[in-house]
Amino acid sequence: MALIDLANPTRFLRLVNAVLPWLAAATVILFAAGLYRALGAPDDYQQGATVKIMFLHVPAAWLGMMGWGLMSVAALGTLVWRHPLADVAGKAAAPIGAAFTFICLVTGSLWGRPTWGTYWVWDARLTSMLVLLLLYLGVLALYWTAEDPGRGARAAAILSLVGAVNLPIIKFSVDWWNTLHQPASIMRMGGSAIDPSILTPLLIMTAAFTCLFFTLHLAAMRNEILRRRVRTMQLMEAQRFAEASA
Amino acid sequence: MSLGPHADFIIASYALTAFVIAAMAAWVVLDYVAQRRVLGELEERGVSRRARNEGQS
Repeated sequence: MALIDLANPTRFLRLVNAVLPWLAAATVILFAAGLYRALGAPDDYQQGATVKIMFLHVPAAWLGMMGWGLMSVAALGTLVWRHPLADVAGKAAAPIGAAFTFICLVTGSLWGRPTWGTYWVWDARLTSMLVLLLLYLGVLALYWTAEDPGRGARAAAILSLVGAVNLPIIKFSVDWWNTLHQPASIMRMGGSAIDPSILTPLLIMTAAFTCLFFTLHLAAMRNEILRRRVRTMQLMEAQRFAEASA
Repeated sequence: MSLGPHADFIIASYALTAFVIAAMAAWVVLDYVAQRRVLGELEERGVSRRARNEGQS
């Protein structure tokens, strides 16, 4: 099957129905393995057991950013190729990305209190992450409040592309500004700065969270396609009633 | 396994994450059930996504 064939919603639904159970099973297995390794990981020599919050915070941060990246690519599909599946992908990713960004901010805050002595500080990394959550809420508002779904989709796509500017700001904020947040410690020149006993569970948890994201995203895309079918059929039924009563 | 003096922060983080993930999973499942139900009702009433004159050229 050529990749372009998947752009047909009916074929895409068939693929989702086939893939979803396997993806969900992989998510459960990876979470079981990740949590087992994460809860058994040694304490950090400085942070103690609070380092266990990292196994949630880092994957959530990654998915918050990846979700917006996915929405930006989908926005190109909506604006340039006007493909309905691109809009479906963007709309389905928004609440999931927002939820992971929320998890990132709250777990970061709960991690910050015992390690930094404060729940929140207006530094570049934390503030740019909060801006990402606000951007997500803006996109959701555009999708949920627009009377014309097509106009709402185009407005959300434009905001998705504009908001993509925030992604490199989040990533490099710890390098560009003097922040309380630690600098990059996983993806950096010279390799990871984290000991393998902590890095391995972190990578497994990141894989588990990523599988969860795509499981939820595909399921939400399927729901959105069905919702649009319902809307089309309701409009046709209303039209039929109008013609019959005319 | 000892979570040390900051156990409350660790437990709160895991509990909140579990709650948000469970809420998202419930949302996609319940939404799917709702959309399938409405689609089924529309199909029972004889509503089709295809226009009545489709195929007539």
